Amino acid sequence: MIKESRSHKAQLLVIGSGFAGIAASLFARARGLTVAQVGHSGAMAFTTGYLDLLGHDGAGFADDPWQALVRLRENEPRHPLARIAESDIRAALTGFAKTLGEMGLGYTVPGSHNLLALTPAGTLKPTLAMPLTMEPAIAARARGLDTLVIDFIGLNGFSAREVVANLSPRWPRLRALRVGFPDMDSGAEVYAEVMARALEVPATRQRLAERLGPLLDGAQALGMPAILGMHRPDHVHRELQSQLGVPVFEIPTMPPAVPGVRLRELFEIQLPQRGIVFEPQHRVKSIEFQAQGIVARLEDPFGEVIIEAAAAVLATGRFTSGGLRADPNRIREALMDLFVHQPEGRANWYRADYFDPRGHAINRSGVSVDEQWRPLDAAGKPVDARLFAAGSVLAHHDWIRQRCGAGLAIATACKAVESAERMARSG
Amino acid sequence: MSAQPATGDRVLETDVLIVGGGVTGTGVMRDLALRGIHCVLIDRRDLNAGASGGNHGLLHSGGRYVAGDPATAAECRREADILKAVAPECVEACGGLFVAVEGDDPAFAARFPQHCLAAGIECAAITPAEARALEPCLSERLIAAYAVPDATIDPFRITLENVNHAQQLTRSVFLAHTRLERFVIEHGLLTSAICRDTRGGETTVIRARQVVNAAGAWAMQVARLAGCNDVDLLYSKGTLIVSNARIGGRVINRLRPPGDGDILVPGGTVSLLGTTSQTVADVDDIHPTAAEVDHLIAEGAAMVPQIARTRFVRAYSGVRPLLKAAAAGADGRKASRGFTLFDHEAEGLANFATVAGGKLTTFRLMAEQTGDLVARRLGNAEPCKTGTAPLPSGDAIRWTEPGFAPRYWAARRQPGDLIVCECEMVPASAIDAIVENAPGAESRMSLSAIAMRSRVGKGSCQGAFCSLRVTSHLYDRGDYDSSEGLRNARDFVARRFKGVAPVAWGEHLPQLELAEALHCALLGLDQLDDNGGVHARTGMQPP
Repeated sequence: MIKESRSHKAQLLVIGSGFAGIAASLFARARGLTVAQVGHSGAMAFTTGYLDLLGHDGAGFADDPWQALVRLRENEPRHPLARIAESDIRAALTGFAKTLGEMGLGYTVPGSHNLLALTPAGTLKPTLAMPLTMEPAIAARARGLDTLVIDFIGLNGFSAREVVANLSPRWPRLRALRVGFPDMDSGAEVYAEVMARALEVPATRQRLAERLGPLLDGAQALGMPAILGMHRPDHVHRELQSQLGVPVFEIPTMPPAVPGVRLRELFEIQLPQRGIVFEPQHRVKSIEFQAQGIVARLEDPFGEVIIEAAAAVLATGRFTSGGLRADPNRIREALMDLFVHQPEGRANWYRADYFDPRGHAINRSGVSVDEQWRPLDAAGKPVDARLFAAGSVLAHHDWIRQRCGAGLAIATACKAVESAERMARSG
Repeated sequence: MSAQPATGDRVLETDVLIVGGGVTGTGVMRDLALRGIHCVLIDRRDLNAGASGGNHGLLHSGGRYVAGDPATAAECRREADILKAVAPECVEACGGLFVAVEGDDPAFAARFPQHCLAAGIECAAITPAEARALEPCLSERLIAAYAVPDATIDPFRITLENVNHAQQLTRSVFLAHTRLERFVIEHGLLTSAICRDTRGGETTVIRARQVVNAAGAWAMQVARLAGCNDVDLLYSKGTLIVSNARIGGRVINRLRPPGDGDILVPGGTVSLLGTTSQTVADVDDIHPTAAEVDHLIAEGAAMVPQIARTRFVRAYSGVRPLLKAAAAGADGRKASRGFTLFDHEAEGLANFATVAGGKLTTFRLMAEQTGDLVARRLGNAEPCKTGTAPLPSGDAIRWTEPGFAPRYWAARRQPGDLIVCECEMVPASAIDAIVENAPGAESRMSLSAIAMRSRVGKGSCQGAFCSLRVTSHLYDRGDYDSSEGLRNARDFVARRFKGVAPVAWGEHLPQLELAEALHCALLGLDQLDDNGGVHARTGMQPP
């Protein structure tokens, strides 16, 4: 293979391709900035597609996330979401969900209350917005519809009986049934991604509908694992609903799963179309803050890629995505070894009880930023006037327990880009 | 002296009640069954819930004890030879090395071969270069090395085989989650034991002619329930860590007086680095700490430098129940590894025995001596047969062996037999066999009970993912129709966490973070309500 070095120039460099990085790039483009986005999107496939804002208020699940935000500002003023005006959070989330819809993945409009979304185990989780393919579950449960939940022969780790057993106290008229997927019903293992791609084909869809129709047996709604298409899920969903004549809703399967892969593939197609230089498969190897600009280097199979930019947003996520790294007794920021706010020593990272409702201290570690979202060094000074940070790499939140992952990513990305814009244009 | 049991409770009649489902209690059960005696074995939790499940699975050559306790050393050698012959499928005769590194006392090392000779233990002096040729992971700073016939034993499999065999021989019974509450004592005899099911709360009365206390670290408490104060134990907490992949083919022992981090034992596809020793007052709620892990790694790396860079997937702790010897004081390292059989006759009881102390390697001998006493008391003249009778295996009890499940699955070629634990390649059919037929099998079997009888949860994900897939399979089987299955999964991952957190750094931490995101942010296991509802508090109504 011939290797050649390529270089790109952009006003803004976004490092990381999770929700925060994607949102940062989209917001920056919407502001008219030229953008280069790099860094792999490994954790994206682990999302369910639900957009959480704030699902837990410290005492329990929160019905009203906006009210929970008011309490968050009082109790945790350093929390990234506590530092953003409610109107800005609302605008960021509404804008992001709308953009996803424009790209071809329809979402509910973020509203005044949380929705109770279904999980693969049949529990419910509060979230602010969800893909349209999952939305009919909300009304079906509210109306107590007689509902059939199906799973598929050979689909490992998704059990309709489990969903029904756990959900039935909150949704009485549910029943479970196992079904064979057309041409994949030999008993051998089948994969949700393969089924989703197969359902993009009208004939497969037709055959599935023909199988499911007689099984409804009076059911007023149908729940099924999230396999309704990969690139045109809304279309696949609408077609199946009209073929069956009842509301159909998807239930996310255990991640990594189709809803996350949909988002990843959507961004891989859509971001370049929006003029964003997008290198989601490779990590930045080095970054230098030179007087004339920021220079980031990475390596792809075709050789070295050099990106020059006037400002950068660090949105590399936490441990799972590689933004943070844990030495035996110290947490480090992986790319630049930025100062990381953290508990002293490994013995203090986790509490004794896994499910301790107070959460684990390690989850609140991360990069501290100033009011302009610029990472701070140990002395509390900005590391560089052109460097900004967003998303879960930030300190002082616990997105896992607070159920605020997407909201944190999207709202902080919006603010970081807003702050970075002046520097980005000065390049 | 105690009230009679209430009517209406379940009553079981047996020749011998054995308290404690560790390797000793199950060994006694099999020993007696081989003499034609019926037993009921109870455990407050499950098989191997104490030290039998919290050790390094070493089948001692005896080399470790030659300097300080030659009698125990010789006993280990004899017993190891017997177990290699009667339970070869539980044993890996991997051999062992004793090595000293720069800084260790050369005189101590030099005396090792004479001590081995005195205890009758084979010991071959080899050069450091030869040792490194055998085990390239060894330090370049070796000053002495000896080869001994150490081996490893699967403590879970041997326990399961003991129970399985006893069930076959005399239809003896094992009852899990059955807590002994009190004894009824009449005229110097324990006539019944009043037990409570820790899951459902039901009472079971067990009427037995003889009672054996093999409760390990809890033996002192059980003896006291019978009014006996003659069992005096020292509790020594030991912590070990499990590597992600096997390091070295042989058992590697540090050739110095026993200390922390002085042994690396292969266990199938992984290695176990041990062991700390800390005297503790309480035997319950014992968990490994980050400081213990760091200490083990620092010590172990002196023998095997790559330990400093190894990925460890779990830490765990056990409590050694050591017999208090007047000379040893409170030092667990110096207390005897020998065992004692108490007949309690001086305490005025004619049908109660306690077997305490000892080690995994010598469990058969402990069971033999206990069996001799109990059989004699029952007027049974059958001799002990465990020294020669092979242990039979079976479909439901072979899943603890590393690498067995994938070989079985590949050979069977049943495409519909889905893999439910990807790290260890455990197929759904293994879960079915365990739930239907393994010792202690029952309806609504908990995930922890299944895991104890298989490799589920023992791979690099430490149960984070497979727990959920196995749970789905149990729902599919119809074993659960409420949130109980999910609550069991929650309890299982919460217990695994205690062992994961102390080794969570490097590549392991992202896995733990992902697991917590899955368990809490997505599934809400932190919000599960134990009273049957799905969530503790939502206060939320659908629109």
